[in-house]
Amino acid sequence: MSAPAVAAPAARPGIGRTIARNQWVVGLYLLLAALLAFTFLIKPGYGPADIESLAISVLPIVFAAAAQAVIVIAGGIDLSIGSLMALTNVVAAALMAQSGEVGAVGVVLLVLILGTLLGAVNGILVVVSRVPDIVVTLAMSFVWAGAALLVLGSPGGSAAAWFMALADGTFLIEWLPRAFVTMVVVLAVIWIPLRRSRLGLSLYAVGSDRVAALRSGVPIGRTKIAAYAIGGLLAGIGGLSLSMSTGIGLPVPGPYTLGGVAAIVLGGVSLAGGRGGLMGPVAAAFILALIRLDLVFLGVTSDYSQVIQGVVLVLVVMIGGLVELRRRRA
Amino acid sequence: MTEHLLEATGVVKRYGGVTALRGASLAVRPGEVHALLGANGAGKSTLIKILTGTVRPDSGSFRVGGTERTIRSAAEARAVGLASIYQDPSVIPDLDVRDNLRLTRTPLDAFRGWMAELGIPDLPLDVLSRDLPLPTLRIVDLARALAAEPQVLILDETTAALPADLTERVLEVVGRQRDHGRAVIFISHRLIEISTLCDRATVLRDGQTVGVVPIEPGAEDRIVALMLGPQAERPETERATGPVAAGIVGAALLGAEAGPGGADAGPAPTAAAAPGELRLAARGIGAGSRLHDVSLELRAGEVLGVVALEGQGQEELFETLAGARRPTAGTIEVDGRPVRFHHPADAIRAGVVLVPADRLQALLPQRSVRENVALPFSAPFRRWGLRRGAEEPRKVSAAIERLQVDTRAQAEVRRLSGGNQQKVTIARWVALGVRTLLCFDPTRGIDIRTKRQIYALLRELADQGAAVLLYTSELEEIRLACDRVVVIFGGRVVDVMDAALADEPTLLRAAYALPPDAPLPVLDEAAS
Repeated sequence: MSAPAVAAPAARPGIGRTIARNQWVVGLYLLLAALLAFTFLIKPGYGPADIESLAISVLPIVFAAAAQAVIVIAGGIDLSIGSLMALTNVVAAALMAQSGEVGAVGVVLLVLILGTLLGAVNGILVVVSRVPDIVVTLAMSFVWAGAALLVLGSPGGSAAAWFMALADGTFLIEWLPRAFVTMVVVLAVIWIPLRRSRLGLSLYAVGSDRVAALRSGVPIGRTKIAAYAIGGLLAGIGGLSLSMSTGIGLPVPGPYTLGGVAAIVLGGVSLAGGRGGLMGPVAAAFILALIRLDLVFLGVTSDYSQVIQGVVLVLVVMIGGLVELRRRRA
Repeated sequence: MTEHLLEATGVVKRYGGVTALRGASLAVRPGEVHALLGANGAGKSTLIKILTGTVRPDSGSFRVGGTERTIRSAAEARAVGLASIYQDPSVIPDLDVRDNLRLTRTPLDAFRGWMAELGIPDLPLDVLSRDLPLPTLRIVDLARALAAEPQVLILDETTAALPADLTERVLEVVGRQRDHGRAVIFISHRLIEISTLCDRATVLRDGQTVGVVPIEPGAEDRIVALMLGPQAERPETERATGPVAAGIVGAALLGAEAGPGGADAGPAPTAAAAPGELRLAARGIGAGSRLHDVSLELRAGEVLGVVALEGQGQEELFETLAGARRPTAGTIEVDGRPVRFHHPADAIRAGVVLVPADRLQALLPQRSVRENVALPFSAPFRRWGLRRGAEEPRKVSAAIERLQVDTRAQAEVRRLSGGNQQKVTIARWVALGVRTLLCFDPTRGIDIRTKRQIYALLRELADQGAAVLLYTSELEEIRLACDRVVVIFGGRVVDVMDAALADEPTLLRAAYALPPDAPLPVLDEAAS
């Protein structure tokens, strides 16, 4: 406990340590692989077209999870992600109906800016009002959902052809859906520079230990607002992905707020803040979708299917908690 | 006139109605190690927080290197050359060491150099901070601060939890800051460290700077005198008025209805205590690195005082005895039988309860006085969740009445004054018939009148057969309430004395683990 404890823990080589630190994520990808194998086993005809539709259906939930992950890592939560996605979705669909193919590029940029701004509004309200984030963002979820209905009273609008092509078909080989490539590229472009920047470190710092962050010179309020703004940007991308896959705007929020929370929890992001990344939640989104799909293939009715999904989520997270506890005791 | 590196004058800070600083000042010269001293609650930490930008003062002026500055954030403090190390390291647990350094823009080579100087030359930088042991984190924190080459380095109790060999190293490295014309502000409860390391000391009392003392042989006496303040005649008057006042309040507390107990609260309760049977005993208990081999015996009918400077292990001692923390060594005995508490509920069942300093930790702030007092009756789901019939309301009323809780605002406990809230906490256990009370600084932030009432109440409960262990941060109160006092320093019991002889200077010296000075007839073996 005292003197000998001062030395560093037994030095492991760098790569081993990286794996050890990301045990959970590695485990998730192994689980994902096992689930895929299981799917092929129970449905022999499962092929490239099915993989493609899986990737397309998972796209919006992945972005919802990514948006939530950034905010939760910084010690917050945003219950308006689903509504934000609906709002940005209908704005994109309404504008693209008039913009034409080339103008759609401008629409995409505009929607990205809009998402960022709306996210920042959430963040500013949370930081300035000091009302708990869960309350502020729940209230804002009604505001954004109402705004979506104002923009588009009923499903409608359209999407540019090149834009829809981003999620349609395959890339190079038939087993690689273009939706998947789009997802990976977009997340990499946003996440990798962020993770390496001082802002990225500040997000983790604020979520991990506010007092230590304050003493390390991190501006707490500004960092939180930035987290919500980046979350808004990713929610905006989520809204665009809805346009991409459906071709229209739907002014009703989908199940993306809580779906995203489920994915980040399973993906190893601590709801207490400061821990996790995007690799885990992406895998978790696919895992949750595959479980649902496999239950359909197995002929489980949707009522039981929901119960089983919930139980699996709780069990996996509990096992994770036990593993972590053992690691600490060791 | 010497040019000061850092000069703070007229610093005032209020928290609500409480004034933490009322015109404190601090001036640090280049090339000195300057100690900042004061008894518990004198305002040291507040002053440090203000200097490092984490708390805004209500007023005060600050000059760094001769120019007027305002310090509004930790980043600004660092920019003007002030760096500080707090009691708990300011390292982000979920980032590895390298990312922590990047976050604070610390040059890596300088950091490595200081780590080597401080005795940890080969720390891998890609280890998550939360996987590092606490002493290592403190060293990382210090090396990081040194690497920023601050003009003034502030160390707030940094050495408190370091192993001895590292402490020596830290002191040596810190002392060398002088050579570059830099300065160090050093806060420690270990006067030995101060006398070996520091050049001058600023002493705070009640939020004010009361003196600046050069550290030389014999300075301890001046420092202790300054911390105590002008009170040459005070011990005499207190000795006379203290117990009497308590007796009067005690008698008043009982009221007419309380009946038989009234006779016990004689004019001099301190004299009453003939020690009863052994209630609670600690036999060599330890709690990690914070508490070592502490033994004490608490008997029915006595109030046993605990005196310690901040963070000497008293929190751990009380938590351990109350079942909120498991001892890492030793045993606890209740009524002569060894017990193992796994949960505070176990301790409560054995009749041992904690009255914490923070009332709101113990109470349900939005419920009524009655509900709060009645809580322990319903807590264990006695009789299948049914509350006790006729017995409970009677006991609750009796306890509320007996403690003279001001019930005008009884609908919600949070509207009561702090003193009345504390009475509710105690009333709860009185109603339940608890016989052993562990009171941890129960009068913190309570007005003087209610404070006296609470001490009188504890005294009275003891006279009626309860056993009370009382930690208080206010030394002058010890003689009012206690029979005996144990003094804890560095997690060990360093002294046990009769409360009647424990005046403030004696207690303060003992709390700093200084030898008692000869003229005071405190202990027979006093020879130094």
